[in-house]
Amino acid sequence: MQQNKPVTLRILDGVSILLIGITVYLALFVAPTEVTMGAVQRVFYIHVSTAWVGMLGFIAAVIPSILYLRTKDMKWDRIEVAAIEISSVFFFLAIVLGSIWARPAWNAWWKWEARLTTAAIAELLYFAYFMLRAGIDNPERRARFGAVYALIASVSIPITFMSIRWVDRTLHPVVFGVSKATSEIEMAMTFDMVKILLFAIFAFSIVFIDLFWNRIRLGDLQEKVEQLKMKVTM
Amino acid sequence: MTVKINKLDRRRKTADRASPLSLRERARVREGSFTKAVSAIVWKDLRAEFRSYELISSMLVFSLLVILIFNFALELDIKTRQSVTAGVLWATFAFAGTLGLNRSMAIEKDRGCLDGLLLAPVDRSAIYFGKFISNLVFMLIVEAIVLPVYSVLYNTNLFQPGLLMVILLGSIGYTAVGTLLAAMSVQTRTRDVLLPILLLPVVLPLIIAAVQASNTILAGNEFSEITSWFNLLIAYDIILTAVAFMLFDYILED
Repeated sequence: MQQNKPVTLRILDGVSILLIGITVYLALFVAPTEVTMGAVQRVFYIHVSTAWVGMLGFIAAVIPSILYLRTKDMKWDRIEVAAIEISSVFFFLAIVLGSIWARPAWNAWWKWEARLTTAAIAELLYFAYFMLRAGIDNPERRARFGAVYALIASVSIPITFMSIRWVDRTLHPVVFGVSKATSEIEMAMTFDMVKILLFAIFAFSIVFIDLFWNRIRLGDLQEKVEQLKMKVTM
Repeated sequence: MTVKINKLDRRRKTADRASPLSLRERARVREGSFTKAVSAIVWKDLRAEFRSYELISSMLVFSLLVILIFNFALELDIKTRQSVTAGVLWATFAFAGTLGLNRSMAIEKDRGCLDGLLLAPVDRSAIYFGKFISNLVFMLIVEAIVLPVYSVLYNTNLFQPGLLMVILLGSIGYTAVGTLLAAMSVQTRTRDVLLPILLLPVVLPLIIAAVQASNTILAGNEFSEITSWFNLLIAYDIILTAVAFMLFDYILED
């Protein structure tokens, strides 16, 4: 029986905590202060990384959804739920942190702008996903419907993003790639900032892997408990 | 149940093999039976509906009530009307649509018709397209009544070919996703409550595109200004119909 946590996972837990600590330290004390926005811009490192993790999980959930529908193996369902659960938490964090940054930068907590609105819709889609799952008792059907809805959501999110983007032009600073003249705020990133941002993204990716592993393990254990319960009642 | 289907399948397969038809002819026969199955389901839905009118009438009354509420909530005087007509119309269609979709699937589920349909030796996608087309017809009928009523009430002409086209495309995408999600939500514990929650975030891009396009048309602008929205509507319709078609098999598995 593998009731004890694997050693690798424990080490990964420790490393994740350490990495979060370092990221916070770098963002608060090491990163240079941005000229126009000032100290509040430091939230940017965590904001981008949480959003990154959120997106990572939503995209990653597509693969186990397809595999579940193909193989009907409950393992894939547990992986899919794990990815979406973690992602919806991180996405929520990203939205809240974004709001905190937006208040001084755009002078509003919220703007109906493409990325923001899409993030909110994605969050709502995955809330709907959990509500759908909560409404089904049969575990096999729950997994099947969950996978179907996750796939539909992943198809509609990019279209939503595109359509809102066409409605009005984006306010977000374009961080990577060619910066567009349409951005309201120009953000000049120094080399130090890029380094810290990349480190933050790396750190949160490790955190994601750690949480993902833990959540899948939790799902496996839940499954085992269910089976043992069945055995006892039989 | 599955055994029965398997047997039927096998019988069909052996019959296929035994028949001296060429491959292409056989494909044509299968295609013919597919359209026949689809039209049988549509025919069944339409006949049942035109005996009771329970679906169309509830959608229609609901639509008129929504317009009534908008009338007082937004104080639809001439000035505001110009900017919000498209929004009011699409909100009305979206809300009334969930009502109809819910009902159309609940009827199948409650009276055990769904099991009957599943037992029939037809392709599952034929069931999807059958329900899709009949839902679309109901929605278009309701829209065809709401539009003149709105035109009369607010003294505007909504019968413009561009707008009708947008409404048709929007309704196609809406029912394509809606039929799939209604088939799903009807099999859950929370049922009717769940469908709008599942459906509305998925159809949001469709509503955005439809409202933008309708607004432009109602403002009397050139058709060329809305081609990108038109393309988006068509793309959404094609992509989501394809996805729903592929996934529908998994909804009706048990």
